[in-house]
Amino acid sequence: MSKKQTLVVIGNGMVGHNFLENLVASNIKDNYEIVTFCEEVRPAYDRVHLTEFFSGKSAEDLTMVTEGFFEDNNIKIHLGDKAIAIDTRNKFVTSAKGAAISYDKLVLATGSYPFVPPVSGHDRKNCFVYRTIEDLEAMTDAAKSAKVGAVIGGGLLGLEAAKALQDLNLKTNVVQFSPRLMSAQLDDGGAGMLAQKIEALGVSVLTGKNTTKIIDGDECHHKLVFADGTELETDIVLFSTGIRPRDEIARSSGIEVGARGGIVIDDHCKTSDPDIYAIGECAVWKEQTFGLVAPGYSMGRTVVADLAGQLVPFEGADMSTKLKLNGVDVASIGDAHAKTKGSLVYTYQNGADEIYKRLVVSSDKKKLLGAVLVGDASGYGTLLQYSLNNIDLPEHPDALILPGRSDESVGLGPDALPASAQICSCFDVTKGQICSAVESGCSSMASLKAETKAATGCGGCSALLKSVLDSELEKSGIAVSTDICEHFAHTRRDLYNIIMVEDIKTFDTLLEKHGNGGSGCEICKQAVGSILASYWNDYILKQEHLSLQDTNDTFLANMQKDGTYSVVPRMTGGEVTPDGLIAVGQVAKKYKLYTKITGGQRVDLFGARVDQLPLIWEELIAAGFESGHAYGKSLRTVKSCVGSTWCRFGVDDSVGLAIELENRYKGLRSPHKIKFAVSGCTRECAEAQSKDIGVIATEGGWNLYVCGNGGMKPRHADLFATNLDKETLIKYIDRVLTFYVRSADRLQRTSVWMENMEGGLDYLKSVVIDDRLGICSSLENQMQHVVNNYQCEWKTTIADESKLKRFRTFINSDKTDDNILFVEERGQIRPANEQERKHAAIAEEV
Amino acid sequence: MSNWIDICSVNDLQADSGICALVEEQQIAIFYMPKAKAIYAINNYDPFGKVHVLSRGLLGDIKEEPMVCSPLYKQHYSLITGVCFEDETVKNTIYAIRIENDRVEISLEG
Repeated sequence: MSKKQTLVVIGNGMVGHNFLENLVASNIKDNYEIVTFCEEVRPAYDRVHLTEFFSGKSAEDLTMVTEGFFEDNNIKIHLGDKAIAIDTRNKFVTSAKGAAISYDKLVLATGSYPFVPPVSGHDRKNCFVYRTIEDLEAMTDAAKSAKVGAVIGGGLLGLEAAKALQDLNLKTNVVQFSPRLMSAQLDDGGAGMLAQKIEALGVSVLTGKNTTKIIDGDECHHKLVFADGTELETDIVLFSTGIRPRDEIARSSGIEVGARGGIVIDDHCKTSDPDIYAIGECAVWKEQTFGLVAPGYSMGRTVVADLAGQLVPFEGADMSTKLKLNGVDVASIGDAHAKTKGSLVYTYQNGADEIYKRLVVSSDKKKLLGAVLVGDASGYGTLLQYSLNNIDLPEHPDALILPGRSDESVGLGPDALPASAQICSCFDVTKGQICSAVESGCSSMASLKAETKAATGCGGCSALLKSVLDSELEKSGIAVSTDICEHFAHTRRDLYNIIMVEDIKTFDTLLEKHGNGGSGCEICKQAVGSILASYWNDYILKQEHLSLQDTNDTFLANMQKDGTYSVVPRMTGGEVTPDGLIAVGQVAKKYKLYTKITGGQRVDLFGARVDQLPLIWEELIAAGFESGHAYGKSLRTVKSCVGSTWCRFGVDDSVGLAIELENRYKGLRSPHKIKFAVSGCTRECAEAQSKDIGVIATEGGWNLYVCGNGGMKPRHADLFATNLDKETLIKYIDRVLTFYVRSADRLQRTSVWMENMEGGLDYLKSVVIDDRLGICSSLENQMQHVVNNYQCEWKTTIADESKLKRFRTFINSDKTDDNILFVEERGQIRPANEQERKHAAIAEEV
Repeated sequence: MSNWIDICSVNDLQADSGICALVEEQQIAIFYMPKAKAIYAINNYDPFGKVHVLSRGLLGDIKEEPMVCSPLYKQHYSLITGVCFEDETVKNTIYAIRIENDRVEISLEG
């Protein structure tokens, strides 16, 4: 090997750095001594996500440089030093700090600078641009004494900058010269919808405003004066009026620059000097500049290939973009403005949901030329693939943007894509590369990302990547696993059937006969524990079942954040006698518990230590209470309104029915918690339609609603049957619940269970009402078995000396956990917070 | 030589489950798997929940490594190394433990 050549890279921005990464990963890295200049004080960072600086990310979070990158690869970096001149004849670069470096090959990655229009007053104090971390720091400082901010420029970056001003708690305005926002990417309709959505987020949008000067304001620091005579007062001005290539070093060194600026390059990214390349935003290729990182990355790959003697010409770049602006999805693909001759346009505008979609297709309706999506960009990946790979459109292209035109399949399955299809545009990863990575063993998103880098840039392609992965796995015969966990190659439903068919009564037997080895884990143990309890309804703390229960079930109480428990005695239908209330109150008082009324119409007692639980329950049981099963995935409560007994409007006795139902189903273990409610008339005061099982009294009998829930994803219950007598009502509930317990996935609520069932509500009705599967009597019998074998778990536990041992805090000491600490708030206890704990610790030492 | 401290009888242990012992003011969770003839001791402190509750977690294994699952936020801790499976920078203390003549003994020295 001859002596190494020197390669100098001017600029360590995103593109310059990506080039270095590609270079050191290539087989020519040992041919070069590598030197790079970085004008900024910190090496490459992620400018694309600069806005996140305001939502709490630090300069370190944004860095693109892996630890030790420069050292490990022997790259000499001149940080905070700007290259100022190139002597192309003698081939050396000089820097502002006086360094002179000879080069054999030179790469210019000088990027661009923000263009500031020459309006008078543009250089006043508190007028900024939005490009570097230093710009952001200066803005942050200025914002401390400011109330109003204005961004001049309503392009992509301007809208990002507006978000930054909002994050700084400024009243934010966007001033746009053109009549629409993001004029390069959006048409009038899309831009209008975007403006509407952005205004709803509290940003004022002023379009068609030509700023003529910036002068002293009356109320704010500045006043913007517009050509139409109007004005805007603001404390901070942020220019985001486009970028210009930084070509001054090329200009002064005699390297050719374009008529409108930019260093002219050919298909190999070579400048007019054959030893000098230019990549990224500083370069101009076929009179085009590229203000996105992906084309810059792609130019860098061209240069690495050229240095290695290979031909990977730069062929231009797709400028399609998708982004989230202040939470608003915006995407633009290809010829969004329908400039292609003869092109046809489809538009879908949904004013209610603020969604705008536009498709531009070829005159024969066969090919997608462009698209605009505002408010819902979920179709971006599919549309982009149609456009990039020239795939034939479906017969009705508008199906791609209309909601639910269900007679056509609108998605583009991963199999429809050619191997050359680019899946990830940030890192130029094709479908072919992904397929070979899967073939060589990547079987999860995490391993695929690590191997190919796909979906690690903007992340916009991750859904598509996942679908390619799943499709490839399926084709290669690797089933996408539905196993409950590593210990059983079965779903919960499989395990239920096995237990039922083989009469299995313990986890150990099941594990021995059907497990994969190992001793189990919290997932399979709890699931099997729940199935055994649903099917056999044994006492859950029996020796062979005890180790299957999570802490709430093991201690028959609900663990809270400080390790203490809450206790909930059952109050069927929300009914409680004065004596009952007094007894609960006395227990709470004696054990100094925090008391609160629950959403299920009963009383919750918080702050009990594990060793206090049996003592508390002894007293509650003596007062006539039983376990409320608040700790279990089981029937919780049957809520009721007061009903016809008292209410002027009541049609039937809702409290009476609620008590009867709660007593019937109490103790039933299920895949998830179950809640009921009964309302005495259609005024629905018990909110029965938000429950798994809801019953509403009508003149003609009981109406049954099923599969609703509140919580994280609320769902109204569906009307299942009307005007039922009580006997039929109970029969139907028996059947629905047993069918749910038998066939649902673990931790699946009734709503999701029914939605995932093929045929949904109608199918469920046919099983439960018409006995389509011929299993109704078996479902009823199983429920009757559970009902017959009900026991109050607390009563059983208190009576068994050997079970009580487990409730001691320490096996070898009578002490209690002295880390549990309460303070008083509104006349009751609550767990001490960290500061209060420290305080207490200091007080104790003194 | 390790200094073994007597804790309790084997009969005080809970098969395939945990109990807690107080040893020189330290809370130690003890897990017993009689079928595998295995016994483990780990500090009872849950570093994420910041309370002493691990003895009340579910016992099991991940890829055949015995673990306990925190009852609060469900992180898993190896009973061999004390390392948290979800965050390898978090490590709980493991103690030497043995059964001698049906008595459970712990040593606090690494």
